[in-house]
Amino acid sequence: MFFAILTILVVSAVVFAIFSFLPFDPASLTCGQRCTPQIIEGNRIKLGFDKPIYEQYWLFLSGIFAGRTYGSGSAAFSCPAPSFGYSFNENACVTDMIKESLPITINLAIGALIIWLAIGVGLGVLAAKFKNRWPDTSSSVFVLLGTSLPTFVTGLALLIWVSIKWKIIPMSLDGYVSVLDSPPRWFMYFILPWITLAIAYAALYTRFTRAAVLDTLGEDYIRTARAKGVKERTVLFKHTLRAVLAPIVTMAGLDFAGLIGGAIITETIFNLPGLGRLTLRSVFEFDLPVVLATTILAAVVVIVMNLIVDMLYAVLDPRVRI
Amino acid sequence: MSELLRINDLHVAFPTDDGLVRAVDGVSLTVSQGETVAIVGESGSGKTVTSLSVMGLHKKGTAEMSGSISVAHDGGFLDVISASEEEIRSMRGRSVAMIFQDPMSALHPYYKIGDQLAEAYVVHNPGKKKEAAARAVEMLDLVGISEPAQRAKEFPHQFSGGMRQRVMIAMALMNSPKMLIADEPTTALDVTVQAQILTLLASLQKEFNMGILLITHDLGVVAQVSDRVNVMYAGRIVEQGGVDDIFYNPMQPYTLGLLKSVPRISKSGSERLKAIPGQPPSLISLPAGCAFAPRCEYIKFADSNACATQMPALVGTKAGHTSRCHIDESKRQASFAEAMKEVR
Repeated sequence: MFFAILTILVVSAVVFAIFSFLPFDPASLTCGQRCTPQIIEGNRIKLGFDKPIYEQYWLFLSGIFAGRTYGSGSAAFSCPAPSFGYSFNENACVTDMIKESLPITINLAIGALIIWLAIGVGLGVLAAKFKNRWPDTSSSVFVLLGTSLPTFVTGLALLIWVSIKWKIIPMSLDGYVSVLDSPPRWFMYFILPWITLAIAYAALYTRFTRAAVLDTLGEDYIRTARAKGVKERTVLFKHTLRAVLAPIVTMAGLDFAGLIGGAIITETIFNLPGLGRLTLRSVFEFDLPVVLATTILAAVVVIVMNLIVDMLYAVLDPRVRI
Repeated sequence: MSELLRINDLHVAFPTDDGLVRAVDGVSLTVSQGETVAIVGESGSGKTVTSLSVMGLHKKGTAEMSGSISVAHDGGFLDVISASEEEIRSMRGRSVAMIFQDPMSALHPYYKIGDQLAEAYVVHNPGKKKEAAARAVEMLDLVGISEPAQRAKEFPHQFSGGMRQRVMIAMALMNSPKMLIADEPTTALDVTVQAQILTLLASLQKEFNMGILLITHDLGVVAQVSDRVNVMYAGRIVEQGGVDDIFYNPMQPYTLGLLKSVPRISKSGSERLKAIPGQPPSLISLPAGCAFAPRCEYIKFADSNACATQMPALVGTKAGHTSRCHIDESKRQASFAEAMKEVR
């Protein structure tokens, strides 16, 4: 726990330092074409870029907990805590931008996770059970396709055929709908991106599960179970799956964290205004506060997921318990 | 004494890319109530394959089996080779139970000991979870585990090797089987723990009047607990007899070689261990005649042509003691008697 917090601090400091040493003048990036040195200098002071780096970092950190006010007098504007800075490009607090895009990415990641776990683990078990028979060979074709087709190919293919040619699922043009407002529309909005992401991951999980199940089936304790007279189905779904569960959960947790950090391609193809697209846009526009915030957020998610996975592992594997 | 297991002319072969591996080649043996029958042999002699065949535990589609294995089950006999998967399953753990070589890996690491024991009972008595849990504690107590109710809630990694083998034995006893197959039950254990486990097995055998088929390569273990012994070499039984016959009057050069190769503390330290020269043959291309002939020290006493071309039959000089050897009986007795002086 202590190390998790320390890691987050170090990551944020490093990221902050990198962006501070970039050969850009952050202040001059804040104004558009009709720019005068006066405006640049004004913005510099407003955003605190005139202060030394360590003080900027301190302001950034304290902003997370206390909120931050930029400028002074009547022209002042503030971002309430937790504040990750202010984006001049969008004229918005970074926190608000993240608040808007994060739920979309979370919806995307959770849905995809559920689908790929169901398909990946299911196919993997099936392939292991019918090793070298047709379920195994056909699942290995799926694995090959899933791992070799990039998401922009599967995503675009889905979009072109399912949405445009066959018109089964309308293109999501009216924007994000929460599941609470309208479950069917929410489902329509996310189903294609889910499938796109899930195919790639499901292929990996199929391969992993198949190997893990085959490994476990060769274990002595599986032979013991059979010698007890346990039914073959119970051997597979109880004794074997139980042993395979822990590594799969670990892998899923880390992959999930990676997705929160940005499913950039999928979000771009399907026009989902999620975190990945926010990052992409801000990188292109040199919107440094946003890049900084999303990078740190991604790091935090990875660290927190690691922590959760570690704790889950202790629950799943009695040997790890203290 | 009623028979519990009758193996008759069992052949087990595994097709591989290199050819057919004849792991077991015409094995016949019986185990009756209350007796311990040992199968001795070096690695790859087919002893474990024989025991796994009895339980029907070969991987599906990997083994080609012929002959017959009759197991006393539900008042009759079940032929494991021709029985259905479901019939074999109902026999496993109930009529015949098995314990394995490595107790470290034979227990599921993620389930509590008590649950693993209870499962052995519940699979054959569906729905009786409470009885199963109570019986698990009872069996743990029986095999000498202190505070059994407490320890039933623990996981395998919290037990030592010897304790785990006790747990395995307790698990095997859950359904009071008539027969127990012990595949190298003491090989992975310390010598002191080995003795405890063997004593435990012997006392449980008396209590339950079980037949035990003991698989081992350890002649010390054989001498200690078994009533009858089968010596296996290259998938065949080369000598079969009572434990005294085998240890005091071996009739087959391989058995004699095994006895001579046992290290003895009484001998001087400078003396070298008497290993049997050569290597066991490949089970893919077994020699046409006696499989032991290329390593046999006593081949000079036999018609070496016969040794190379004809497999000797399993014949006995007296009831219950048989062996496979071409050596002329009178020559054998003289030379073996000489060799046995060394062994004693």
